[in-house]
Amino acid sequence: MISVEQLEFRYAEGDFFLRIPELSIDSGATVAFIGPSGSGKTTLLNLIAGISLPRAGRIVTKDVELTSLDDGTRRNFRIRNIGLVFQEFELLEYLTVLDNILLPYRINPSMRLDQAVRDRARQLAESVDISDKLNRYATKLSQGEKQRVAVCRALLPEPTLLLADEPTGNLDPNNKGRVLDILFDYAKRTGATLVTVTHDHELVSRFGRVVDFREFHGMAAAGRQDGRTAV
Amino acid sequence: MKDALYLAWRYLAYHKVKTAILVTSITLIVFLPVGLRVLVSQSEEQLTARAAATPLLVGAKGSPLELALNSLYFEGDVPETMRYQEVTRIDTTGLALAIPLYVRFRAQNYPIVGTTLEYFAFRGLSIASGSNLTTLGDCVLGARVAEALGVGPGETVISSPESVFDIAGVYPLRMHIKGVLAFSDTPDDDAIFVDLKTAWVIEGLVHGHVDLSSPQAAGQVLRVDSTNVVGNAALVQYQEITPENIGEFHFHGGQQEYPITAVITVPPDLRSETILRGRYESPDDLAQIVQPTAVMDELLDTVLTVQTFVIAAVVVVGISTLATAILVFMLSLRLRRREIETMRKIGGSRASIGWVMVSEIVVVLVAGVVLATGLTVITSRFGSEAIRAVIF
Repeated sequence: MISVEQLEFRYAEGDFFLRIPELSIDSGATVAFIGPSGSGKTTLLNLIAGISLPRAGRIVTKDVELTSLDDGTRRNFRIRNIGLVFQEFELLEYLTVLDNILLPYRINPSMRLDQAVRDRARQLAESVDISDKLNRYATKLSQGEKQRVAVCRALLPEPTLLLADEPTGNLDPNNKGRVLDILFDYAKRTGATLVTVTHDHELVSRFGRVVDFREFHGMAAAGRQDGRTAV
Repeated sequence: MKDALYLAWRYLAYHKVKTAILVTSITLIVFLPVGLRVLVSQSEEQLTARAAATPLLVGAKGSPLELALNSLYFEGDVPETMRYQEVTRIDTTGLALAIPLYVRFRAQNYPIVGTTLEYFAFRGLSIASGSNLTTLGDCVLGARVAEALGVGPGETVISSPESVFDIAGVYPLRMHIKGVLAFSDTPDDDAIFVDLKTAWVIEGLVHGHVDLSSPQAAGQVLRVDSTNVVGNAALVQYQEITPENIGEFHFHGGQQEYPITAVITVPPDLRSETILRGRYESPDDLAQIVQPTAVMDELLDTVLTVQTFVIAAVVVVGISTLATAILVFMLSLRLRRREIETMRKIGGSRASIGWVMVSEIVVVLVAGVVLATGLTVITSRFGSEAIRAVIF
């Protein structure tokens, strides 16, 4: 599903450097990226999503080598295959809940916003108990509700890969479990791969595999296929 | 494109105050120079049309502008009066038709125009309801006056005293409305027309009261000498002319000495006009003859000069406002960097995100231009009346 080889990445500014000789994640796996802040977890998520490009190395996602694609093709691939969930929810304050969920379809000319999509958005909202808030502005929601909206937005295009960057970082314990349940349920139901960055060690036990970034930082390392610890 | 417009609309609708300020700025930038130009050109058209339809004006020496404004638009200060004999003087030359005007009094803020029946024919005014002036004390209302006062033929209007504190001054006269003029979209719509003699009645120069020689008037006689009977303070003048008392109205002094404010002079040809103008060339003459078009052109030259300065100022302010609007937009782009980044991450291309931003600008611009167009239409409909009210 995801294969990383001889990856090297550095930001234009600062001395951050990420080097991953090899990492592979099976299709349908649930993986937690853990490690201290600045160890490159979010950076790798962005590289896998094709948002950023490495200085060297290959990233293959769903048999497509993202590093060889142009910007437009990479973006189209991301839209159709990858759902992104962010720690800060990243909802647009001037849109209602329903419009936030439908946003991927409004900003991508290659995706058609038809009645079926609208119905699916409503079903998703109902499944996460926010169907009565579809016409409210996102700013009027609680933190937990906001993240559920963000999850609906990520799930609407029915992605086969879910990348979640600390999705529970801003939530209370009750909502943490609820949001993770939604993500795990989706992954289980559709066979999608779930990769989540988290600092919450209590939640790590729910994942099938854990990749610890302390060992990646400037070193050659790769996650083991069979264990819960990083190599 | 539809989705970009939708997102732009949602953004603008959510940020109502910011949007309102931007739209207002654009509206003003577009409207002020355009509206001013429309306003001035309309006023110019209206002023010159009325002036062009009035060949010559004769009035007492003084401000030609005051004479023209009073005689054409029945507005502004009352010019110096002259004697009625000026009408006779023009008539005697046989060079022009002379239509006297006495525009001094008002009824409920509408000017009372004392004139003769020739005025109606000269201006091409027709009676929409009722009939024209027939007897002393009658009046004919302009269309807008009748509409505003809600009165018509068979009813009355009362002239306003010049000063409520002047108990010895002009008495109010109750005038009988004989007819209402058809709408003409000229200052005639806003005037009340009376016969010249009725205007003199309002002034008190022609008046009526009980016959002091009759036994019933004994208590109102101050003294009697060989030629005159002089009334005392108890003598009350009639304030309405009726079939019963019309016989009691009489002139004091000769009609030739009575005041008028102007004479509309209509020569049949250029030759007559030239000769007539020549007759008023003398510096000793107490009257002046003016060509309304020349007077109005002079006024418009001043207005156009002012307009040029105002437009220049508006353009400078407009450029500053536009620069500020661009700055606001650039700053807002910086503030929205995170939002733009989110859209990019969930699959928005630079072009589609750019379209959303461009759509916001387009919606603001279109709203501003539409509003400015609406204001311009309103200005073209009501502006000329407003500017006339301001100027005069």
